[in-house]
Amino acid sequence: MKQGNKNRIKKDPPMRPNRPEIRQTKLAGGDFVDKLCAYRDHNAQVLFASLGRLVGSPFTSMMTIAVLAIAITLASGFYIFVKNVQQLAGNLETSNQISLFLKDEMTEAQAHKLAESIRQNSSIQSVAVITKEQALEEFKTYSGFGSAINALKKNPLPIVLLVLPKHMLDDKQALTKLEQGFQQTQGVDFVQMDLQWVERLQAIIALAKLFAALLNTLLGAAVLFIIGNTIRLELHNRHDEVVIAKLVGATHAFIRRPFLYTGFWIGFISGVLAWFVVAILMLVLRAPVEKLSGLYDEGFHLLFLNVTETLVMILLASGLGVLGAWGVVAGQLQSTKLE
Amino acid sequence: MIKFVNVNKRYPETGDVLRNISFHLRRGEMAFLTGHSGAGKSTMLRLIATMERASRGQVLLDGQDLGQVKENQLPFIRRKMGFIYQDYKLLKDRTVFDNVALPLVIAGFGHHEITRRVRAALDKVSLTGKEKKYPLALSGGEQQRVGIARAVVNKPPIIVADEPTGNLDPCLSSEIMCLFGQFQQVGVTVLIATHDISLISQLNRRVLKLDHGQLVSG
Repeated sequence: MKQGNKNRIKKDPPMRPNRPEIRQTKLAGGDFVDKLCAYRDHNAQVLFASLGRLVGSPFTSMMTIAVLAIAITLASGFYIFVKNVQQLAGNLETSNQISLFLKDEMTEAQAHKLAESIRQNSSIQSVAVITKEQALEEFKTYSGFGSAINALKKNPLPIVLLVLPKHMLDDKQALTKLEQGFQQTQGVDFVQMDLQWVERLQAIIALAKLFAALLNTLLGAAVLFIIGNTIRLELHNRHDEVVIAKLVGATHAFIRRPFLYTGFWIGFISGVLAWFVVAILMLVLRAPVEKLSGLYDEGFHLLFLNVTETLVMILLASGLGVLGAWGVVAGQLQSTKLE
Repeated sequence: MIKFVNVNKRYPETGDVLRNISFHLRRGEMAFLTGHSGAGKSTMLRLIATMERASRGQVLLDGQDLGQVKENQLPFIRRKMGFIYQDYKLLKDRTVFDNVALPLVIAGFGHHEITRRVRAALDKVSLTGKEKKYPLALSGGEQQRVGIARAVVNKPPIIVADEPTGNLDPCLSSEIMCLFGQFQQVGVTVLIATHDISLISQLNRRVLKLDHGQLVSG
């Protein structure tokens, strides 16, 4: 054996000039294209090896992924909730209508006369009169309290004038002045500006949005920490490997890579799983919501995540995975002692 | 190739482990590093391996002062050296092939080149046909030879071995020493830490002897 080996080794040096690309330099390992191919192959190999490791310990992986999927589902849930409530408000957004509830003693003829006088005002676009009967009919149809109303002896609803001002939406002061004017008009009991309601609703929605954003930030942080902790354990389990790789000249980037891919996979799988959980929850909720919506004016349909939102959700989860892994590995590599 | 100039190494817990060490190992030279346990052999190897930095003095590798090298450049210094450890430091969950291939993968070699070189290295240590085995399925001597194959697969100009024959029987030991001799013949600088006196006398090479942190011969 020794003799054979000796011959082989002695033959080695003359081989080198024929292979000038293999040199002991910082960029050793062939020309640029070879290097790029090797880099790509290595990354692909590490990508699937990381997935393999996760599949190799299914119980631990599934526990982590389940917790993450729940967190991501909650975050998506808040998002979908806000999105749906927003849709509800969207239907009302353009309304700057003013409702004048007339006093009970006003007759229909008086109401029409009042409507006519309001129409003279240059800032008013149109006035519609809703009689007591019309109002009752509408209430029965949309409120869902039809039979309760039937039980009443007398129609309790007043005559309503629906006043639509001209381009008033952006001029609040003029609108308020108009409202005050109506308030003092003879025969008007109560003035209701739809805009006020829209504003209130929008304020509530803005608050809900902010609340959801805060909660989602916290959930994002939770995802980051859970992934970070998982990677920390993984790093601990593979400590020997890290040390050996370091000793034979691995850069931090090389050592970091498999852990970043592990973080990516955990985030990605959790994101996809969360999508399915959200889909199932939405399927469960859909029928009751549609039923409720049907009891009103059917202008509301439950919105789910569209393609872009789904992609963003999964990308965000994967991104958090990589980020969590990065933070932990970067911190730990600095403190890894070689022994 | 390896040059120590007035090197001191002090640990806060134990005080001076190496004191005023100076020597120069030239390119293609082979030397033994010896001394009683605790004399500072391992510390010296750790300095060469850039696992530690000298407290005082200079450690030069191929003319480069290791004390001046930035942290992010250390991997590239380590790639110039093939290290062989007493405890082999093999990855137990990887095959022999993957273990030997590690330095090449790290250096960014392509698949074909890796296969070619790993085969050649395994052939050199007479482990052909064991590529697919796992380290724990091999004997101590075979594991040591996997470690040697890994150290030389990247054709480094320096090979450093820490007690490479510590767990081996005399027959295997002399075989492995023979292997080191072959590496030296092709121009590799070889430094072997050992306290196997019989082996040292067999080979008749330069001996660096440490005693309580000081170089007493070499």
